[in-house]
Amino acid sequence: MDPPLTSTNAGQASGAPPQLRPPRNLVSPRAIRYWTARALGGWLVVVLAQVFLMVLVREGVVRFQVITLAVTVVVAAAHVVVMPRWRFRVHRWEVTANAVYTQSGWFSQERRIAPISRIQTVDTERGPLEQLFGLSNVTVTTASAAGPLKIHGLDRDRAQELVDELARAIESTAGDAT
Amino acid sequence: MSSSPQPQASGSEQPMAPFEAEAAGWRRLDMRMLLVHPVREVARLFPVLVGVVFAGSSTGRGGLWGLVGAGIAISLGLLRWYTTTYRIAAGQVQVRRGLLRRQLVSVPLDRVRTVDISASALHRVFGLVRVTVGTGLSDRKSNDALRLDGLSAADAERLRDELLHRRTKDEAADAAPEEVIAAIRPTWVWYGPFTFSGFLTVFVVLGFAWRIVSETHVDPRQLGPVPEAYSALMAVPRWLDLVASLLVLLVVVAFASTMGYVLAFWGFRLVRSSDGALQVTRGLISTRATTIEERRLRGVEISEPLLLRAARGARCIAIATGLRVGRGAERGGSLLLPPAPLHEAQRVAAAVLNASEPITVPLIRHGPRAHRRRYTRALVMWALLIIVLVASAGLAQVPSWAWPASLLLLPLGAVLAYDRYRSLGHALAGGILVTRTGSLVRRRSMLACDGIIGWNLRQSFFQRRAGLATLVATTAAGRQRYAVFDVPLDEAVRLADRALPDLLAPLLTEPDDRSRAS
Repeated sequence: MDPPLTSTNAGQASGAPPQLRPPRNLVSPRAIRYWTARALGGWLVVVLAQVFLMVLVREGVVRFQVITLAVTVVVAAAHVVVMPRWRFRVHRWEVTANAVYTQSGWFSQERRIAPISRIQTVDTERGPLEQLFGLSNVTVTTASAAGPLKIHGLDRDRAQELVDELARAIESTAGDAT
Repeated sequence: MSSSPQPQASGSEQPMAPFEAEAAGWRRLDMRMLLVHPVREVARLFPVLVGVVFAGSSTGRGGLWGLVGAGIAISLGLLRWYTTTYRIAAGQVQVRRGLLRRQLVSVPLDRVRTVDISASALHRVFGLVRVTVGTGLSDRKSNDALRLDGLSAADAERLRDELLHRRTKDEAADAAPEEVIAAIRPTWVWYGPFTFSGFLTVFVVLGFAWRIVSETHVDPRQLGPVPEAYSALMAVPRWLDLVASLLVLLVVVAFASTMGYVLAFWGFRLVRSSDGALQVTRGLISTRATTIEERRLRGVEISEPLLLRAARGARCIAIATGLRVGRGAERGGSLLLPPAPLHEAQRVAAAVLNASEPITVPLIRHGPRAHRRRYTRALVMWALLIIVLVASAGLAQVPSWAWPASLLLLPLGAVLAYDRYRSLGHALAGGILVTRTGSLVRRRSMLACDGIIGWNLRQSFFQRRAGLATLVATTAAGRQRYAVFDVPLDEAVRLADRALPDLLAPLLTEPDDRSRAS
C-alpha cells in the first residue's frame, strides 16, 4: 500500500524560511484608468441590457427588476472603484539574469516564474482601448500549455524595451526549450 | 531525461508543384487501403442501409441521401490514397496530400517524439496499420497531418525504425538487449469491472440499437417476447423495479467493462528497446503499438480511480513531451500499464524512472489549514445547493423529497473532503518532484525537475488568509501542469527553490526585510 505520510514540520527546521519577494517593477499608473474604463464598459453592457428588458417587459415584475438594477449598479460601482487600484498594487514584473517573474490578479493573485532558457515566444499586443491610454501588454510563452506569463498595462515604450531585452536574452540560449 | 540541444525548427506547410517526380523517394500508402475505405464507409452507414433494405423506404429521403453520402465518402477515400505520399529526406519527414489544395508538411526528425501504430479489426484483415507521428507541436493540425492511414505492417515497422532508431546503426555494437518491463497476466482481468469503462460502451450500443429501431420503424413493444416482459415489468412495485433495473445495469456495465478491458489490453507488453525507447503493444482485435523515446520521457504518473483503488488496483501513465494526456488520436497513447495491482504499477513506475525512491518516499502532508480548507470548500458548495433547494421547495416543478434528500450530500461531502486531504502530499526525491492529489481519481505524479519549465504560485483571497498557496510546476509534457495544492506558502517557496535552485535564488529575501505588496 502507500507509504506513510509524515507531518509537516520540515519548514521550521532551519529557522525562518526565506520569502519570495514581489517583483521589482510596477506597471504604468495609466493602467488604473485603463482597467477602470474596461470594467465600466463591461458593466455598461449589463446595465443597458437590464434597462432594455425593463422597457420591453412591463408586467408585474417591475419591482424585481428595479431591485436587481439597483444591486447591479452598487456592485458595479464598488468593482470599478476598488478593482483597478487593487490591481495596480498587485501587478508587478521583473526580468533577472535567468528568469522572468510576474505578479498579477487582485482578489486571486498569482506569481509566475519562467526561466529565460525555456522561453519560446515574446509577443506584444495593443488593443484599441490600450492604445487610447498609450499602453501595451507583453506575453511570454513557454513550451508548456499551462499558462503564459502576461504583463498588462505597460507603458508602450517600456514594453518595446522589454521585448528587445528578452529577444537578446533568448538568442544566447540553446536547446528546444522543452 | 534531459533536453538535448537541437536547432529551433518547427513544422511548416509550403505550396508545392503537383505530382512531382515519383522517383525522389516518395512512398505511397498500401494499395490494399483501396479496399478498406469502402468497407468502412458501409459499416458507418449500417443503420441507414438496414432501413433501406428491410423497410423499403427509410425516413423520407434520408436513406437515399445516406447512400449518396456513402458514395461521396468512398470516392474521397480513393482520392486520398491517390494523393497521399510521404518520404524521409534531408533529416525531415515529409507528407504530401490534397488534390486541389496541395499541402506539404515537413517536420525535422529531431522533432519526432512518438510513433503510434494502430490497427482496427478491418485494418488487420488486410494486414494494414495506421501510423501517427507525434511531434509535440501541441497543435492538432500538424498532428493530423502526420497520420498515415493504411501502410502495410512491414512498411510501418520500417518507417518507425527510420524515425526513431536512426542512431542504432552506429550504436548497435554496445546496445543493451531488449528488456520486458511488464506483460499482462490473466488475473488482471479482475480489475476490468472496476474501470467502469463499460458505461460508455453500453450507451453506444443502446444508441446504435435505437437508430436501427427508428430507421426500420419496428415497434419493439410488439416484437416476440417483449410485450409479455413489458407488462410483467409494469406489474411489480415501482421500487422493486428500480432496484432490479439498477442491478441489471450494474451487471451489464461490469460485463461490458471486462470485455472492454480484454479487447483493449490483451497481449499488453511494455518493453524497453535496445536504444532505451519504451514500446507499448496491446489489443485483442484492434491492436496498438506506441513508441516513446527515452529522451522525451519526463516522468510517470500512477493514477487510482476510486473504484480501482477500492480493489487495490492502479494504472501507470507516462509523462512525455509530445504526448498530451487524453488528446484526440493520441488518447491512451501515454498508457504504460493498464489497470493492474498497485504493487505492479509501483514496480513499473520505478523501472521506467530507473529509481524507486520517488515511489517509496514518504510524502510531506500539507497541514491542518489545508485539512480545514478541504471541509469548508466541500461544505460551502453543498450548503449553497441545499439552500437553493430549500428556497425552491414551494415550487411545483421541484419534487418535495429533493431538499431532505440533498442533506445526504453533507456527510458524503465530508467523507470526500477527508479523503481528499489524506491524498494531498508532496516530496522531492532524487531530482524528481512527487505530488499527490485527488480522491475520485487519486494521482501520484512524479515529474523530473529538469522537465519543469516554470512555476505558477497561485493564492486566492482565502488561501492568502490561511497562509496557503497552490504551486504549479509547468511542463511541456503530459498534462502540462502538475499542481501541489494548498501547501503552506513557506513550504511552497522552499520546494520550488530546492527543485530548481538557480532559478529562485535571486528572487528570495530573508524574512527580515519583507516589502510585500498589498
